[in-house]
Amino acid sequence: MPRKVLSACFVGACALCVGLALVPLAFVLFFVVSQGIQSLNVDFFTHGPRPVGEPGGGMANAIVGTLMLTGLAAAMAVPIGILSGVYLAEYRGSRFASAVRFAADTLNGVPSIVIGVFAYAVVVLPLRHFSTLAGGFALGVMMIPIIARTTEELLLLVPNALREGALALGATRARAVFTVIVPAALPGIITGVVLALARIAGETAPLLFTSFNNRFFSTSLTQPISSITVQVFTYAISPYEDWHRQAWAGALVLVTIVLVCSMAARLAAARVASIRGQ
Amino acid sequence: MRSSDFAFRVGVGAFAAALLLIVVAIAVTLANDSTLSIQRFGLRFWGTSNWDPVAGEFGALPFIWGTLYSSVLALLIATPVALGIAVFISELCPNALRAPLIFLTELLAAIPSIVYGLWGIFVLVPAVRAVEIAMPASLRALPLFSGPPLGVGMFAAALILAVMVVPFTSAIAREVLRAVPASQREAAFALGATRFEAIRAEMFYARTGIVGAVMLGFGRALGETMAVTMVIGNNPQVSLSLFAPQYTMAAVLANEFTEAANALYLSALVEIGLVLFVITLFVNMLSRALIWSMARQAAPRPAVLVPRGAEA
Repeated sequence: MPRKVLSACFVGACALCVGLALVPLAFVLFFVVSQGIQSLNVDFFTHGPRPVGEPGGGMANAIVGTLMLTGLAAAMAVPIGILSGVYLAEYRGSRFASAVRFAADTLNGVPSIVIGVFAYAVVVLPLRHFSTLAGGFALGVMMIPIIARTTEELLLLVPNALREGALALGATRARAVFTVIVPAALPGIITGVVLALARIAGETAPLLFTSFNNRFFSTSLTQPISSITVQVFTYAISPYEDWHRQAWAGALVLVTIVLVCSMAARLAAARVASIRGQ
Repeated sequence: MRSSDFAFRVGVGAFAAALLLIVVAIAVTLANDSTLSIQRFGLRFWGTSNWDPVAGEFGALPFIWGTLYSSVLALLIATPVALGIAVFISELCPNALRAPLIFLTELLAAIPSIVYGLWGIFVLVPAVRAVEIAMPASLRALPLFSGPPLGVGMFAAALILAVMVVPFTSAIAREVLRAVPASQREAAFALGATRFEAIRAEMFYARTGIVGAVMLGFGRALGETMAVTMVIGNNPQVSLSLFAPQYTMAAVLANEFTEAANALYLSALVEIGLVLFVITLFVNMLSRALIWSMARQAAPRPAVLVPRGAEA
């Protein structure tokens, strides 16, 4: 019967689509791991870059840079993001909340390179310097809407009885939120923050002209600083074999960060769900 | 309302206002910093292709062309695959497979753009070059395939963009399909429909939301920077050829922003950023409106449909 045949073909085509998407994933992971592992050694984590032609060296400065940049971004985005999320969840009906929600979704869709241009205009130009601060600011701007929307969603999952109970006991709104509702959602919020951090750590475009790059070890907030992603970019488009190897090693580190974070988040979420379920 | 409650509302409201402020500040800053170029070139900026920073001549047509062309090509490749995945995961696959498949597609979205770019340069581009060389001469005569087989160029960029867009579109399409009331499917099956026919009915019901999901992928593709910059060849020209090295708005920002030696050059680049911002804003707003109206229509269960990047 042709209708049944057609239906079976359709099911097969859908399964094929899944396969088609998983092929590039497997390819990317395979190359990153197989190429990266060859040049990943202790030096990679403990040494800075060597001059061209001198083999070896590593990305210690870039690793420190990425840690500082994501740290700055988190310091900026976690408080703003979580408190905006609290507002969105607590006053979800208000017109202002809709406006903020809209702004968050808009900001989420802004290309990261445009965020870089913005950070250049408001931080780099006034300071007259590429700097860690500018890079951290750009990443922070990207992180705020992610955290705000995640927090909002998780707070809405907290049973209303908890809120009502706290208010019935005479708690102020602030007390109810900060001692009852937010703690109930905290594991989920932390998971969201970790995922946002993993995503931010892999960003390159907003850093190109904010934190720029630095061949040397630096922890200064007002100087240019290296990051794993920008360093991988620099190495990847260079003509040197040895730098290409370093780029693959850097990519392996980035992918590992992403993998570990998303697996940890998934495990944490499953655990929370199982505790709630009991 | 207690005064302490009012203070709390104002306090957290101030943080929420920061979000609004940032979006407004981005728009104002970009508009402000591109006035020089807007006044100097006007609409000519988007109609000419002469990009010569040394002579102070800036025409951005090749960049907007490259951005739109690469994104449309990516959508053509990605949309059927993404919808197929969404249907498979939400309707067809065994329960045990669902969670792992969702995890894997999310992983596809979580891999940093720079890693795709690196892979693009060293693995995808040589493969594309081999395909281009192997292509028969009769096909090579078509404008679509003209030009030397370089590997880098529009085709490589569209492929890599497609890979990056698939997880976004399929995640939203999955949510949209989930929001279709079960009665739709049940009714179709009750009338004797095959699986394909039932799913076709569901997809028809969800069409607005699905268009929204595709638009959202389009918005992602428009702004994608690193991977595209690394494989598209960075040559400002307007060409239909898939094999020609071209350029995108995001790529020219990434490559030239730190080299902008004078105010006019910088202003021209910021104008490109401004237009990229406005285009992605419109595309995202439209896609959200579509997804929302679909959610309204299907409303019995309040599905959380508004996408966030953190899903990766």
